[in-house]
Amino acid sequence: MTAGPIAPGRGAARRRALVERTALLGPGLLYLLAFMAIPIALILVYTIFTRGRFGGVVFTPTLDNFTRALDPIYTAVLGSSLAIAGITTTIALLLGYPTAYAIAMLPKRWRTVALILVVLPFWTNFLIRTYAWIVLLNSEGVVNQALVGAGLIDRPLELLYTRGAVVAGLVYAYLPLMILPVYASIERLDPQLREAAANLGAGRARTFFDVTLPLTLPGVITGALFVFVPSLGNFIVPELLGGGKTVMVGNVIRDQFLKARDWPFGAVLALAVIVFLVVLFVLQSWASRRVSTGGRDA
Amino acid sequence: MRSLRWLRVPFVITYAFLYLPIVVLVVLSFNASSSPFSWGGFSTRWYSVLAGDADVLRGLGNTLVVAVGATALSVVLGTLLAVGLQRHSRSGLLDAFALAPAIMPDIVLGIGLLAFFSLVSVTLGLHSVLLAHVVFGIAFVAAVVKARMSQVDSSLEEASRDLGAGAVSTFLRITVPSIMPAIIAGGLLVFTLSLDEFVIAFFTDGPTTPTLPIVIYSMVRFGVTPEINALASLLMLVSFTAVLAAQRITRLTDSV
Repeated sequence: MTAGPIAPGRGAARRRALVERTALLGPGLLYLLAFMAIPIALILVYTIFTRGRFGGVVFTPTLDNFTRALDPIYTAVLGSSLAIAGITTTIALLLGYPTAYAIAMLPKRWRTVALILVVLPFWTNFLIRTYAWIVLLNSEGVVNQALVGAGLIDRPLELLYTRGAVVAGLVYAYLPLMILPVYASIERLDPQLREAAANLGAGRARTFFDVTLPLTLPGVITGALFVFVPSLGNFIVPELLGGGKTVMVGNVIRDQFLKARDWPFGAVLALAVIVFLVVLFVLQSWASRRVSTGGRDA
Repeated sequence: MRSLRWLRVPFVITYAFLYLPIVVLVVLSFNASSSPFSWGGFSTRWYSVLAGDADVLRGLGNTLVVAVGATALSVVLGTLLAVGLQRHSRSGLLDAFALAPAIMPDIVLGIGLLAFFSLVSVTLGLHSVLLAHVVFGIAFVAAVVKARMSQVDSSLEEASRDLGAGAVSTFLRITVPSIMPAIIAGGLLVFTLSLDEFVIAFFTDGPTTPTLPIVIYSMVRFGVTPEINALASLLMLVSFTAVLAAQRITRLTDSV
């Protein structure tokens, strides 16, 4: 789209287009530069400097922050965070994919309703959504009461303050972010492809694994990205549902910035989160490119 | 779902999983008993307790200041950006940059802004939370408005220009009205997000001006009380209303 059909001389038109472009794009991009790009660049830069006494940094270069991050205490935290985020993503996929598929098979009217119902909880306060699980999983909570009441168990189970509780809270928080992109990729799928596979004698499982799944892979990877990344950096769920027993990398980052006041070390841990974000992002764009060139994705 | 009947199982599990916690919270918020878990009859007493809680009310006031300010600024910057991207962005790079805050882990943005405000010696308070919320606000408004822009017929704008209207007047009298539903929907979403945002506010707020989510955080850490159930139910009502309104506004105009 160009600015308009009037052409009072090329120089003037070009200048006017430049002014319009600057006026439209300038303020927002400058804002994001100042309050997003520079702050994140700052975190990256801080990783190689020395901690200040009361927070902040002293600009003496050092690699100590990186060697400290390799300490078994912190690699263990990072490993368990990756494991928890990975399990969360897997469960969200196993539950989200068939749900997205079922939504895509609904009549059009109901599809919109079903999608709104998926998104709605996502827009409520994160703390409240996490808090709801304390109410459910507490030893006197609803789940235990129901299980005892039904005579399935004699004494309440220890459900809260476990790794399982953390995973449940994270899946609950981010499941909609898996369902939406997967749904979008299933909905775009040409039903004729599946029919063709069936006509050629492929069974339902074979059709799914050879046709449907590869073509919806970009949606799956996008969903995995949307679930994995915020799970990895989360510190509220491990704190409230893990009860301090399950420490994730987000908790350590938070503590380094607000309690221990070791910003450069906190920055190194944040860098780890950013690296996983970038890797998944590259993977996602690679997968969607592969499908759009190799398949017949619209 | 003829031959795919088994799909009903994960479908039902998902919706039960998503809504059971919400239903439990809302039901328990009307509990007469002081125990947050056991039912003691219907009552609205916890809503009265809530209405008299000075900390909650102060937090609500702070949050509203931030949310209104952040929404206003995000709507202006995000709309300009969306129109600019739609008309002038050839590569996907600028689009990715503009939408990046929406997928950025909030803890990374939070600590980055804390480091930034400290470096430029800005004292933390509601103003710094507001500035921080505009970052993701711009991304959401830009995303919603840009989606709408791609459906708008550009011939009206061209006609306006042909008839001698200037760029600014064409923008305000033709472009903005045609994308108004998206602007309103984007604004509603930013308002809801800002109202509920905790992590970024946690890092960028000052100690004397807690926003409502920060107040809730200290309440929740302290333990489960029926008062939190009431507060949670009210907040969910507000968010649900705003999101459904945003959805309705965009859908109504899409079908025209």
